[in-house]
Amino acid sequence: MSLRKFFRTVFLVDLLEGLGVTFRYQPTKNVCTEQYPAERPKIAERFRGAPRLNTNPETGETLCIACNLCAVACPEQLIVLASERNEKTRRKELTTFTFDISRCMFCGLCEDACPVDALELTQDFELASYTREGAIWDRQMLEEGPKPTRYKY
Amino acid sequence: MAEPTFLDSTEMVLNMGPQHPSTHGVLRVILKLDGERVRGTDCVIGYLHRGLEKIGENRTYAMYVPYVDRADYVAAVSNGLGFCLAAEKLLGVEAPPRAQAIRVILAELTRISSHLLWLGTHCLDIGATTPLFYTFREREFIMDIFEKYCGARLTTHAFRIGGLQYETYDEFLDECRSFCEWLPPKLEEYDRLLTGNRILIGRMREVGILNAEDCKAYGVTGPMLRAAGVKWDLRRAQPYSGYENYDFEIPTGERGDTYDRYLVRMEEMRQAARIVRQAADSMPDGPIMAKVPKVIKPPAGEVYVSVEAPKGELGYFVVSDGSTQPYRVRIRPPSFVNLQALDRMARGALVADLVAIIGTIDIVLGEVDR
Repeated sequence: MSLRKFFRTVFLVDLLEGLGVTFRYQPTKNVCTEQYPAERPKIAERFRGAPRLNTNPETGETLCIACNLCAVACPEQLIVLASERNEKTRRKELTTFTFDISRCMFCGLCEDACPVDALELTQDFELASYTREGAIWDRQMLEEGPKPTRYKY
Repeated sequence: MAEPTFLDSTEMVLNMGPQHPSTHGVLRVILKLDGERVRGTDCVIGYLHRGLEKIGENRTYAMYVPYVDRADYVAAVSNGLGFCLAAEKLLGVEAPPRAQAIRVILAELTRISSHLLWLGTHCLDIGATTPLFYTFREREFIMDIFEKYCGARLTTHAFRIGGLQYETYDEFLDECRSFCEWLPPKLEEYDRLLTGNRILIGRMREVGILNAEDCKAYGVTGPMLRAAGVKWDLRRAQPYSGYENYDFEIPTGERGDTYDRYLVRMEEMRQAARIVRQAADSMPDGPIMAKVPKVIKPPAGEVYVSVEAPKGELGYFVVSDGSTQPYRVRIRPPSFVNLQALDRMARGALVADLVAIIGTIDIVLGEVDR
């Protein structure tokens, strides 16, 4: 054993070096913990969270053209929609739209498939519900979006 | 023969797991113990079996891509890369150069992220609580890049068959570069904290030795094989996705023990950061999606494509019968194959060492059970 190694062993240099690293992180400016409900995270623009069915902001009409492409693209087949043909305009009109959040894996294939940007995955990430039925979203829920409790501090 | 007395040791059978925190998920190991010595191990797997391979048989190719992310969920990008390459080979298309470069960046970032998670949890197993917090802080940086790039942090679904779905966001390359600048000092910090630490060396040196012959016999790949001194890396041996354009070294160890595997993985993180920097600097322009039909219907045939995932060789064997769905998908997960060597490494070790040995294999049970 060399003299240097001997001194390192006796004076616990390796352990003190390690302790040096931990003590350098003692000042509170180095804390990077996010105090979640009080301090909300910055969600990326492309985040794939809760689905939303977009409506025209002026008229409130849905943008969905009931083409069923999202339901076909979904690997879990959790999107079910119904439509009826409007006799006047000869167009299909959306009647019901259900989206089963409990089975969704947020892969984003439905929003990729949508030709009119009606179905979109948004930045909302608080999707908890007290019941299983609460995880099956109907058209109204999809258009309005989830309303999680905001805690005040 | 004399009657055994209470002084003699008798063989004891002990269950470790499936709820044991050091088994990294839901692995159950039936231990045969002679006092503190391990005389034999028997792995019971399947607690996380979700039938991923069977699911592949009744999903179309494009639909199956998000599922493969769930195999090795700490390195989801590598899984997606492997399956997309397999499907592309079946179709006979190749992703455009820009898509390939972005794929390399994301795959190397996920390698760093996977190794960081391994480092934190492995040190936690052998008694060091602090590194976990530091590694997760670094990992958060990568998670943020993933979130901004493709919208998900863990199970990313970043790649599509034929290229990419998303173009990079504006600061993508800058953020990757600054991460590569930022990581090496942090790794030096880990070196100061861990590499010379006598407790860590005491727990890792000469523990779980697996020499090169055994590695080859068991089919062990990845950092475990390289720690035994075999310079085998699929990125170099059979380059895919443009890895031949990047300059990197393959770190190897000498003894093939737990400490060597630790050193190999630390060096791999540095090399991965090097590759990311090179790919970011030489990022070509152009399209990100090759010409792929809307309905993917590959001709009948079979392919095997393997990539170097953070844990070893990740292979996809896909059989097509000419329809829109694969006839059969077989995943060759690295941690499943590496786990076989557990018995070889654990025999004669102490129970406390067994925890270190399970940790050093770097298993992810999602991938073992599929």
